[in-house]
Amino acid sequence: MHQLLQQIFSGLAAGAVYASLALALVMIYRATDLVNFAQGEMAMFSTYIAWMLVNVGMPFWAAFSLTLVASFVGGMIIERIVIRPVENAPVLAAVVVTIGLLLIFNALAGWLFTYTLQEFPSPFPDRTLFGALMTTRDLGVIGVTLAMLVALFVFFRFTATGLAMRAAAQNPESARLCGIPVGRMLAIGWGLAAAIGAVAGIMVAPVLFLDPNMMGGVLLYAFTGALLGGITSPIGAVVGGLIVGVTENLVGAYLIASQLKLTVALALIVLVLVFRPNGLFGVAIVRRV
Amino acid sequence: MTMAKSVAIASAEQPAAATRNGAFVAGAWRSTGALVLIAAAVALPFTISNYHVFELTQVMIYAIAVLGLNILTGYNGQISLGHGGFYAAGAYTAAILMHRYGVPYWATLPPAAVICFALGVLFGLPALRFEGPYLALVTLAMAVATPQLLKYFDTWTGGQQGINLIKVQAPAFLGIGRDRWLYLVVLTVLLVAMRVAANMLHGRTGRALVAIRDHPIAAAAMGIDVARYKTLAFGTSSLFTGVAGALSAIVIGFVAPESFTLFLSLSFLVGSAIGGIATIFGAIVGGLFIEFVPNIANDISDAAPWAIYGLTMLLFMYVMPRGVVGSLAGLMRRVQSRRATAGQGLEEQKRRLS
Repeated sequence: MHQLLQQIFSGLAAGAVYASLALALVMIYRATDLVNFAQGEMAMFSTYIAWMLVNVGMPFWAAFSLTLVASFVGGMIIERIVIRPVENAPVLAAVVVTIGLLLIFNALAGWLFTYTLQEFPSPFPDRTLFGALMTTRDLGVIGVTLAMLVALFVFFRFTATGLAMRAAAQNPESARLCGIPVGRMLAIGWGLAAAIGAVAGIMVAPVLFLDPNMMGGVLLYAFTGALLGGITSPIGAVVGGLIVGVTENLVGAYLIASQLKLTVALALIVLVLVFRPNGLFGVAIVRRV
Repeated sequence: MTMAKSVAIASAEQPAAATRNGAFVAGAWRSTGALVLIAAAVALPFTISNYHVFELTQVMIYAIAVLGLNILTGYNGQISLGHGGFYAAGAYTAAILMHRYGVPYWATLPPAAVICFALGVLFGLPALRFEGPYLALVTLAMAVATPQLLKYFDTWTGGQQGINLIKVQAPAFLGIGRDRWLYLVVLTVLLVAMRVAANMLHGRTGRALVAIRDHPIAAAAMGIDVARYKTLAFGTSSLFTGVAGALSAIVIGFVAPESFTLFLSLSFLVGSAIGGIATIFGAIVGGLFIEFVPNIANDISDAAPWAIYGLTMLLFMYVMPRGVVGSLAGLMRRVQSRRATAGQGLEEQKRRLS
């Protein structure tokens, strides 16, 4: 029982990271109907920025905040320069552009920072809590994710910009007629997603160690989590990410040798999706013909 | 409504003879052109080095795989990030048949086709419930699981080490080397595949697939069995890609799990999008892109070749968002229609003057 709880808690901590990245994916999907395959590599690149800042002697949380700002600006620039030209192109063209972006960021990071593993400092002390049930690090990661979720909720619910962004995502034409600069809202959406991704990267880097391929697996789990929760639902993304984290941990611990851990976890989730094709929190889109 | 229709019929009947004649001439031109192209493709390997022959063989194999993906993603609108899995299934079918049962290489293609068709249909059935990003995830899961499964069932697949195959030799009476012979074999399969795809896609089935892609509800209302055609598209697509995989096992003479990663699946998708999403010839452009652009990128920049590869992808998509062949075909159509309207204008002037 104790061991089971332990596994669940460490699964939740891993899931919190997936949830953050899933949130970033949902953000972009809602705004532009596009799954951003480069989200993980963008997060990895942001983490390298944080790593550089920490290495030149900046205190952790200052480096953290500065990285978020830099990622936000970077995300906006990417939307304006890279994504804009394929806004009205076929979906597949946009998908290929995000795959291209993934390759570019990965290669760029490898070129600038080399492919060797780097240690990344954890902001939380590594102590066990509640009779070794969980570590302070796990608790810290979960706390940061929840704080971010609350901040996003407040932003979208109670600020004018948040309202405008929701309008732009839901109905671009009407939003434009109301005088909302839809293009700028999309850019802000990409900026926010990049910043959220950066949080995920910084939280996961102390565990996985920093290297250009760090986020490959994380992106897959985040994508799974986002879809499990329902790709249009931010709450769903968080719940889905957490479920994926716990499932992955439990499958690895109890069900099967770790070689097939990923396969079995994915198969389970696909099975769930067969019965709920729009995810747990997603709503089937009703189209008028 | 009826009047407009009858007028349209009347005006269509008038130049019918001319059009038929024109179509016949155009058809003759087209088949002559195709014959010249095929003759050139057959002659080509005898003018270049063995290494280049091998590269071009690889291009054609990728083209067959991309053609398969095109049927599913381009014509039927179902996105797949997992076609590397079907490619692996074909490759391992051929490898296991050759290695364990001593089946001659050419006889492995039909079983690979049958097995991959069945796999595709089996996969297509649950896929009926998924759309857009959900289908992308399910197929992505397949791509990620493929190398793991291949490693796990190692009594059949040889695990991490893979399977080494005996090198295929050209028939002795031809007196040509192994590379040139394999080039000709793969070329034959490619031509057959393109012909089969053209017959399928330019007929009733193709129209049904496109109708489902463009408007599933309207397609169903017209009496198209959406589920049947979608599953059929999955099966056929998997068949083409599986045959390509079998050919790759034969040509390379080696299979191992690490050749069938997610990256391969993504490459097929990239090749499909860059060649031309719903075109048949686009597959060849896609194959060329997958085979040669990474090498060219490597020549340009030693430090970050994949960044150059990524940038090339972006540039292609900006300049030709509908793919090379798709965009060129669009351009041709525009030029033709402009010429046609210009011609009409001239005739009208003549009539007015007389």
